[in-house]
Amino acid sequence: MIEAGRSDALPGVRMPSRRRFDAATVVVHIAVAGLALLCLFPLLLVVASSFTDEIALARNGYSIIPSKFSVEAYLAIFNKPAVILRAYAVTTGITFVGTILGVSMIALLAYPLSRRDFILRTPISFMVFFTMLFNGGLVPYYILMTQYLNVQNTIFALLLPHLVGAYYVLILRTYFSGLPDELFEAARVDGAGEWTIFWQIAVPLARPALATIALFIALNYWNDWTTALYFIRSPDLYPLQYLLYIIQSNAQAMALQEQVGQIGTQKLPTETARMAMAVLATGPASVLFLFFQKYLVRGVTLGAFK
Amino acid sequence: MKFHLIGRNLVWFTMTLPALIWIIVFKYLTLAGVWIAFIDYKVRTGLFASQFVGLKNFEFLFSTDTAIRATRNTILLNALFISAGLVVSLSVAWLLFEIYASRFTRYYQTLILLPRFISWVVVSYFVYALLAADTGVVNSVLKHLGIAPISWYRTTQPWPFILLAVSLWHGVGLSSLIYLSGMIAIDMQLYEAARIDGASRWQQFRYITFPTLLPLVIINMLLALAYVLNADFGLFFQVTRDQQLLYPVTDVLDTYIYRSLIVTKTISMAGAAQFYQSFVGFILVIVANAVVRRIERSRNESLALF
Repeated sequence: MIEAGRSDALPGVRMPSRRRFDAATVVVHIAVAGLALLCLFPLLLVVASSFTDEIALARNGYSIIPSKFSVEAYLAIFNKPAVILRAYAVTTGITFVGTILGVSMIALLAYPLSRRDFILRTPISFMVFFTMLFNGGLVPYYILMTQYLNVQNTIFALLLPHLVGAYYVLILRTYFSGLPDELFEAARVDGAGEWTIFWQIAVPLARPALATIALFIALNYWNDWTTALYFIRSPDLYPLQYLLYIIQSNAQAMALQEQVGQIGTQKLPTETARMAMAVLATGPASVLFLFFQKYLVRGVTLGAFK
Repeated sequence: MKFHLIGRNLVWFTMTLPALIWIIVFKYLTLAGVWIAFIDYKVRTGLFASQFVGLKNFEFLFSTDTAIRATRNTILLNALFISAGLVVSLSVAWLLFEIYASRFTRYYQTLILLPRFISWVVVSYFVYALLAADTGVVNSVLKHLGIAPISWYRTTQPWPFILLAVSLWHGVGLSSLIYLSGMIAIDMQLYEAARIDGASRWQQFRYITFPTLLPLVIINMLLALAYVLNADFGLFFQVTRDQQLLYPVTDVLDTYIYRSLIVTKTISMAGAAQFYQSFVGFILVIVANAVVRRIERSRNESLALF
């Protein structure tokens, strides 16, 4: 009753109007803030341990506040940067090229599928749909890549697999169909060809949806380690995340050797250096995430997640 | 057909080609790969010249304890993840909804969504920081409390719950945002009216929010059930650090297929397991979708996947 005059109680304005500052609201805020911190905690733990002195870490264990602050781990990495720089180059390269290629291919497929006059609209749409229902899985895909396309151990193995997500095609198709028809008709009357209409009208208008999809594809490429696990053996082609995995599993193998009394010949990054690597590998993705988070939240409403 | 329409259709068809070819190669040619399940696959003879063995591969597959165990683990763990995930994400969504008008909510959303975009390799790094035998945070806390530390990577019993915790941490952000966007779409006047009638927050949730969201919940559940034989490879491979000691409770179909295909190279076995996973998955998706259609028809809304 008290709130009846407030603007946010108007129909059509979909904002919860409970702005009263009561005890329950405070409790909810505390609970949600706690949850948010819980989501952040593991990441802070990794960052904190990367800035911890190696011996202090071995003695006191991991903690959210470095028991003895040190940048030694980062210095060690930057002293011999070749390996990580190489991995950075691979990851940045495939993320960049893969995102541009992927978004272009998806947009070029989605646009005709949104045109009512396109005679192949129904059969091609169904072809795209069907891929979402039946997933051949790892085995046929592995055989295709290694026996028929022969791309194992090449950069193409990292680039090819994630280009066209059927889900993104369908989202973008819906987005394109929502654009007003008059715009397209007017351009046609002015003598614009289909390519011009696509580039000058459809693409600029769909920019928010394209940005969201680009962001998803980019994060996908950046975080991909499975493709390298399946197809890449040559260290020159290790992407960042796979390099992290290799370092971790080598360290594990070394620890096992030590247990059975063999002495490893290889010098491996220390525990703090490994954590520093993880921070360096996650950093750019987190920045991307924070900068574009509004597109991500929009992605949820667009249904961009599977 | 009019001349200009033919021209337009040709341009449109050209546009679809890059993505269409990609889809045909990666999604349709791979379908031929399911044949592996029925032959004695040899790399030398390839897919078409290897000897046909009928259902032998399946007989062999189901005579092993490993495949049965992987199936059981996949289903049980998925059931655990789905049910706990529903309760937690609905609760989180409700909490966020209660404070939706606050300017902090945006930041909460971002932080809760963040874990989704951390690669599984990095996740395995911080899980290690938490669970390492000598230096892990959890054991430090246990020691502090005077409880004997646990060798986490060698103890099977807690792993379903560790995996559940990691899976929730990773996935709740997204699913709660989906439910949240469903809640925002509810007409605020319903809540105004309920408050005037003196309904408590819980009653508002019980009698307005929950019934409105129910179709969305049911659909998400059905789709989750359709994928009950699929597990997130990253979660089970990276977070467990692929520790063999943990296989009795953490080995799922996806990790089993990966191992058969790439590590032990028993390709026919992998093919049989893959076919069984994909085929049952396909049937479940069709059934789930038919049920969703039914619900939809009774409510006059479009919710189904296809």
